[in-house]
Amino acid sequence: MPRVPLEPRFTIEYLSVLDSDGNLDTTLEPQISPDDLKRLYRAMLLGRRLDERMVRLQRQGRIGTFAPIKGQEASQMGSVFTLRPTDWMVPSFRETGAMLWRGWPIEKILLFFAGYLEGGQPAPDHHDLPITVPVATQLPHAVGLAYAAQYRGDDAIVMAYFGDGATSEGDFHEALNFAGVWHVPIVFVCQNNQWAISVPLKKQTHSRTLAQKALAYGFPGIQVDGNDVLAVYAASREAVERARAGDGPTLIECVTYRLGVHTTADDPTRYRSDEEVKEWVRKDPLTRFSAYLQKRNLLEEGLEEKLDDEIAAAVKRFEAAAVADPLTMFDHVYAELPPHLVTQREEMVQRVRSRVIEPPAGGETEQLESPPLRGQRRTSRWPS
Amino acid sequence: MAKLNMVKALNLALLQEMERDADVLVIGEDVGVDGGVFRVTEDLHRKFGAKRVIDSPLAEAAIIGTSIGMALYGLKPVCEIQFSGFAFQCFHQIENHAARYRMRSQGRFHCQMVVRMPYGGGVRAIEHHSESEEQFYAHIPGLKMVIPSGPRTARALLVSAIRDPDPVIFFEAKALYHAGREDVPDEIETLPIGRARLVREGSDLTIIAYGAMLRLAQEAAQLLHDEDGVATELIDLLTISPLDRETLTASVGKTGRAVIVHEAPKSFGPGAEIAASIMEGAFLSLEAPIRRVAAYDVPFVGFAREKANVPDVSRVVAAARETLAF
Repeated sequence: MPRVPLEPRFTIEYLSVLDSDGNLDTTLEPQISPDDLKRLYRAMLLGRRLDERMVRLQRQGRIGTFAPIKGQEASQMGSVFTLRPTDWMVPSFRETGAMLWRGWPIEKILLFFAGYLEGGQPAPDHHDLPITVPVATQLPHAVGLAYAAQYRGDDAIVMAYFGDGATSEGDFHEALNFAGVWHVPIVFVCQNNQWAISVPLKKQTHSRTLAQKALAYGFPGIQVDGNDVLAVYAASREAVERARAGDGPTLIECVTYRLGVHTTADDPTRYRSDEEVKEWVRKDPLTRFSAYLQKRNLLEEGLEEKLDDEIAAAVKRFEAAAVADPLTMFDHVYAELPPHLVTQREEMVQRVRSRVIEPPAGGETEQLESPPLRGQRRTSRWPS
Repeated sequence: MAKLNMVKALNLALLQEMERDADVLVIGEDVGVDGGVFRVTEDLHRKFGAKRVIDSPLAEAAIIGTSIGMALYGLKPVCEIQFSGFAFQCFHQIENHAARYRMRSQGRFHCQMVVRMPYGGGVRAIEHHSESEEQFYAHIPGLKMVIPSGPRTARALLVSAIRDPDPVIFFEAKALYHAGREDVPDEIETLPIGRARLVREGSDLTIIAYGAMLRLAQEAAQLLHDEDGVATELIDLLTISPLDRETLTASVGKTGRAVIVHEAPKSFGPGAEIAASIMEGAFLSLEAPIRRVAAYDVPFVGFAREKANVPDVSRVVAAARETLAF
């Protein structure tokens, strides 16, 4: 018996609209209104300025470790821009830009990275999941949301974010497989930033592209220049329309680069060269997009200063809100507090009351009621 | 009122809750056309269709992971993991996400979902088909861990679990699926999660058991009555977590002696938590050390040696007699 090539033949396209100097392939230029172009740029720049501010806040010890987005603004804004508020956005842990676009207040994001779960609470009317840390584990959730939307007959679609490292996880493959079988309205957005901490893409997969992994699951994949916001937008709009029309999932691989650290606890000089970073700085999504806007006379004067003021005001609000009432840790374990947690909470009430635990600022300042219990040490927090 | 075995009783619970609430759906491997390998979901596919009774691809993590997504949207998925021994492939979804979503989102989202799993020995099965792993789930804050002991408690607790706003891990003892029939009322019945059941009153000794071990404990209690004249108080735990400490300490406060029986390995098992809780709540009433009768701390030994490993009536009786003689 002969070997017969199977149909259909599978292809993967690469899409790029703007080159690194801001020059345009006019045949591919998506139709975006001047106002929307300005909004897109503003959002990208806000992401960049906040990122840089957050690195300084982390170095000052005012927030904890976080994952900067510098270099990935086009991948995030070009995709999230195509969603309606009623659609669902499912982030991993490096989507600060997309979250800002979806309406997360800056101070909430800062609160989250300062160790307050309050910062991860989506607003009641927002269709966003909170940040998910374990890699790729949010992808099945996104597929479940899409299944539920379809089950209910809602026209909401789901956009789920992850990185190149996530494509090695079982949950990625299981999620894509379920999405293909169920034909659900979802767009998988892979921000291929080339490095999973210290492991480069070539050690992550032997595939030529990440986009082609979609083909194994029976739906289209496309690779786009992830530093070109117009290309990301064009591919995302197409994928969102496909999902909304009931034509199933799409995988978009945004080829981008993490210009900074993996997280603020990381030192990338251990594993990658300055030359490589410089090469990608040349392709910076912001400079490229601003050159394009400049040519169209759409750049706003003094925008950086305005955004910095906005960020500074949010930092003030964040620092005023950062009050750790320890008792709230019992509030959201179960719908109702079971008896053993009532007991444990009561123990903490006693500890707060006796100042073994610092009470929340602005709370009661009554005098010490009892000495430390046996076995409990005085701490520097103990009032003298 | 019909005489049903545990499989039929569980099926009735699913059927009635699905009829009552369009948000309830069933997902798992072979749960649709086949009706589940133990037939617990039999006929549901025919009645409710493939969108509501989902024959999922074979992937435990995605069964739980997508169910979490459905629950975040407001649906109430009832997932079936074919055997509890395979649930380690979805353990991260249960621990990292189902249990934590309420906390992570500070109450904005929660996972109203049930994860059904057959567990335990007694069906002459190969490795990963006979283990008892309830302790892993009982240890996780945010989860509830329920194990019924027969058809009527299974039906009532499954209804309660489906209606519970928190994620419930629901273990079904395979040995009980066809072990006998009980009267199960036609009208929907619930049992409170977090409450144990007193199945026999006594003043000399408390035996605490759950799942398939309840029957052993009942036989042991009868034997102790008949041969030794001992009045055993028997507690069917029903919920492993949150543990009904009140019922446990009240009983041992009265009897002063306790024997705990479970199929899971002894060390760090549910018996340890139960014993500690009794110590905390009824220390001054104790007349003897609390005894645990459990599987030995060995990996699954193959069903040829299964009976030597999991508790039997003689081990329960021996432990009870030692406790009484202390």
